[in-house]
Amino acid sequence: MYFVVAGGGEVGYHLSKALLEAGHEVMIIERDRRRALWIEEQLGSVVINAPADEGKYQIQAGCQRADAVLAVTGDDEDNLIISQLAKLKCGANRVIARVNNPKNEIVFKAMGIDETLSSTRVLMGVIEQELPTGGFMPLMPLTRSDLEIVEAEIAPGSPAANKEVEAVGLPAAAHIGAVVRNGQILRAHRDTKLEVGDRVIVFAPTAIEQEVRKALFG
Amino acid sequence: MNVVIVGCGRTGAFLAELLDHSGDNTVSIVDLDRSAFKRLPADFRGTPVLGDGTDMDILRQAGIEKADAFLSMTQGDNRNLMAAQIAKKIFGVAQVIAKVNDPIRASTYRKQGFYTFSRTTILGTLLAAVLSGDKTIGPNLMKAAMIHDDELSAELPTIGQRER
Repeated sequence: MYFVVAGGGEVGYHLSKALLEAGHEVMIIERDRRRALWIEEQLGSVVINAPADEGKYQIQAGCQRADAVLAVTGDDEDNLIISQLAKLKCGANRVIARVNNPKNEIVFKAMGIDETLSSTRVLMGVIEQELPTGGFMPLMPLTRSDLEIVEAEIAPGSPAANKEVEAVGLPAAAHIGAVVRNGQILRAHRDTKLEVGDRVIVFAPTAIEQEVRKALFG
Repeated sequence: MNVVIVGCGRTGAFLAELLDHSGDNTVSIVDLDRSAFKRLPADFRGTPVLGDGTDMDILRQAGIEKADAFLSMTQGDNRNLMAAQIAKKIFGVAQVIAKVNDPIRASTYRKQGFYTFSRTTILGTLLAAVLSGDKTIGPNLMKAAMIHDDELSAELPTIGQRER
């Protein structure tokens, strides 16, 4: 696939390196001349030394034919405008923007940039998974939808303990995808009985996370 | 009119003063840098708000929910465009104006319904009009601006006067 990476900072550089190693084509747009030269020394001729927020250079980098444009500079306002210009001026197929301040996820969404990645939120997610946070955690949002994957551990006092899947009072829009028991994945059938210690993987609209929590966790 | 201005640089501060001193306007002005507020006159009745003009909480603090007009006047085109979009799309401010010095970006977002202006093209066009003896846009705007220059200059005592 072909990717245009706007911003050759730490994130942009390592992302591009990983994409190149995975066999993809990459073009980086980096404003700073010295940084651009350095990247060229490291990765070869995959850099344009130019501001990424100007349509001219986006077209030069091939945003119009790229499978995705990744706006990953350290400044949210730049990522927003880069993303919008890639859509407006280049008709980019797909745009993914890095959001540094998690508050701006809503802002980006309201401005038509649906796919955002917040490094802060990703880190928070990882930390939450590592820490014992009471057995209920949103694992990840599903892209291009308002859905998410949630993991819940069935604790001794859980309202779902020793109940069959269909008897668990989950909202209709939520579905149990799998049950992890003793390190094994079980398919969740309607009559699978949930035991204490099971970890349940649920697909659900983000909006009803609280109801899912209530049904599984109390 | 309730006005929120983001960016207390020379233009932002001048505009804040102009609006504050004329008619029934309530002005608040946002800037990241506290020292920028030194540009405001001592008798400024409006509210300086310290913070990031693209942060919704700071904008709320500046009274954007009751604002009739919003102007983003920082040095960054992208910052101005982001602030303007927040003002219009999230807070529904009726009149939103953004300084976008890159003429191409100014035009792109104008087509999206934003009132953008580029200092680059405004000044260039104006000066060309003055030079070519244009009787319409050139002299009038220049004259009004120069009157403001004189007024601002007259407010400051000269060093000689201060000593006395």
